[in-house]
Amino acid sequence: MQHTLVALVEDKPGVLNRVASLFRRRAFNIESLTVGHTEQKGISRMTIVIDSNQTNAERVIANLYKQVNVIQVADLQEVPVVSRDLALIKVTAPPDCRSDIMQLVEVYRARIVDVTNDSLIVETTGDEDKINSLVEVLRPFGIREMVRTGVVAMARGGTPLPSVTEGGSGK
Amino acid sequence: MKRTGAQILWECLVRENVKTVFGYPGGQNLPIYDAMLDFPMIHHVLVRHEQGAAHAADGFARAGGGVGVAVATSGPGATNLVTGIATAFMDSSPTVFITGQVPARLIGYDAFQETDITGITLPITKHNYLVTDVHEINKTVREAFYIADSGRRGPVLIDLTKDAQQATIDWEYDASPIKLPGYRPDLRPLRKDMEQAAEMIQKAKRPLILVGRGVMMSGAMDELRQFAEKTRTPIAVTLLGIGAFPASHPLNLGMMGMHGEAWVNQAIQQADLLLAMGMRFDDRVTGNLKSYATEAKKIHFEIDRSEVNKNVRVDLALIGDLKETLGQLLPHVAPADHNDWLEHIDEMRGDSAVRDIQNLPDSGHLYAAHVINDLWRFTQGEALVVSDVGQHQMWTAQYYKHDKPFTAITSGGLGTMGFALPAAIGAKFARPEAEVWVVAGDGGIQMTAAEMTTVAQEGIKLNIAIINNGFLGMVRQWQEFFYDRRYAATPMKSPDFVKLAEAHGLTGLRVTQRSEVEAAVRQAQQTEGSVVIDFRVEQEDAVYPMVPAGADLHNMIRRPKPSVLVETADDDKATW
Repeated sequence: MQHTLVALVEDKPGVLNRVASLFRRRAFNIESLTVGHTEQKGISRMTIVIDSNQTNAERVIANLYKQVNVIQVADLQEVPVVSRDLALIKVTAPPDCRSDIMQLVEVYRARIVDVTNDSLIVETTGDEDKINSLVEVLRPFGIREMVRTGVVAMARGGTPLPSVTEGGSGK
Repeated sequence: MKRTGAQILWECLVRENVKTVFGYPGGQNLPIYDAMLDFPMIHHVLVRHEQGAAHAADGFARAGGGVGVAVATSGPGATNLVTGIATAFMDSSPTVFITGQVPARLIGYDAFQETDITGITLPITKHNYLVTDVHEINKTVREAFYIADSGRRGPVLIDLTKDAQQATIDWEYDASPIKLPGYRPDLRPLRKDMEQAAEMIQKAKRPLILVGRGVMMSGAMDELRQFAEKTRTPIAVTLLGIGAFPASHPLNLGMMGMHGEAWVNQAIQQADLLLAMGMRFDDRVTGNLKSYATEAKKIHFEIDRSEVNKNVRVDLALIGDLKETLGQLLPHVAPADHNDWLEHIDEMRGDSAVRDIQNLPDSGHLYAAHVINDLWRFTQGEALVVSDVGQHQMWTAQYYKHDKPFTAITSGGLGTMGFALPAAIGAKFARPEAEVWVVAGDGGIQMTAAEMTTVAQEGIKLNIAIINNGFLGMVRQWQEFFYDRRYAATPMKSPDFVKLAEAHGLTGLRVTQRSEVEAAVRQAQQTEGSVVIDFRVEQEDAVYPMVPAGADLHNMIRRPKPSVLVETADDDKATW
């Protein structure tokens, strides 16, 4: 099962390394990890997708909290979220296929951001399923290169990040 | 006033009330050492290997001296600390390590004696810092001591570049509040959880308290005692929990786990409520997790949230400082007697007492257990005992009965051979008035034997008991039990320890008969300088009882039945 966690961390050298090292040494599997700035100066936001059962997610959260530079951890599993992944896909596109590809791109509301005589770069944003689906329909044309940012996620609604209570129950 | 980074460092250490540091100079911490001469209020102990400095700082902290501090240079100096830092980390010992680093402009260029010590120690420190700016030193030292000595204690490393040590700034001590938004060591249990705990305790018919070192780290010894006595709940202790509750107290069953007594482990398996306090269900105390205490509800009193449900799934966790939690819980628990349960546990002792080597007649052989037992008697159980790792460590845990906290020091989690001697040096500086005994095997003592010279240079008084069986005994025992007696690389030749002691300027004694133990211990106690006693014990002796690794806690290998019995006071209790 996939689990999406968000960690707000101090923007200091080595923090990414601390989190990555934690996952390695505790043998937690990361599906994806993204880091970027937030609305607050000096605080970065990590979106971490792990493949785990509930017990492991608890352990991951508790261990994240143990890091001195980790300020807040949220588990987005239980709440409605908007989650997005961005992909750049370089597709083989000789003139006879080009219109087919462009139609597909249209259907997926993706964009073409680079064109050469025999290739296109397709840019798409969406949840993981949408991107996976686009990748599959483009595959027959020949995917030369692909990059994905990994998932970023935010809980729906007006309230800020729902923190996993660090209180004393431990459950 | 104008201050160099090195001077600021020492000034900050003085402010943290540091009186003793253990260390070793080198190229990249020369400015630190130079500035040290202007701070005579801090005593520096020159070790013979940086590992010794790390263990000494750790031992200092474990003996209750406050945060232990060790200093080393960059590169090999820093990497030599690593085993000691990992040891302190596994046993949550409040320590601060300060390493020199090559100048900031050379970092990343493989400069002479450059190593990425913050990278190397990342998984074995509670937190660490690379400081390249002299302005950061003050703040960093304050944070380091705060982090090391709060919440779940642990080691913090500060890697300080040489240019930051040398830079001069206009400086006044900054004592403003520490700002660490991601660090909250002050968690408290929820009220409803406390109520639930009280209810569970009330309902329990066969409760048992599992005591770890966290009890001492929290200073909750009095609260524990009041709780245990009020509810008449028996106590089992972990290896590191020894001393947290008096061994002579009738409610103290003794040590649990791999080499705990069978009835103690049986009590755990039969309990209907386990109150785990400041312990972390290490595999050495649980055995097979699938069959561990299946009849018991479990309440985990713990400061570190990540320990909850890690090894053993618990029914309730009370996260917070134990002293505070127990103090609040005490008025809400009702007095109980649990007579049936206590009697039942007593019955489970069965024939254990008569099988115990202490109750066997003198066969002319010198057993390690005899030595430890005699040591306990002749020191009135009052010594501060620092044991190394191996068979002698387990015998010490079994036969040296501690009534006072912080008097049993050993490397539990990491199991670091070579720990005892340097840790004892640290412990002696923390508690100069204590009678300090090192108990080490012939293998472990050789790993850090060079620190005997540190002992001599410092003129401190230690007594060092070497339990010399000519083998790496614990490994040999496993080879005997589980590898068909194929003694691979465990037979071991040692130097003449008497001569070795003398070469280091200490007194050396040798004991080969049980009848000689008392005289040797007395002589060691009366000798002004430090004394090494080479106890030539039975070579192929094994530690009993034993739960083989991963086996069920209740399936222990018992002590062999004695062929000759002597009558003891405990015989009446024997049921066989």
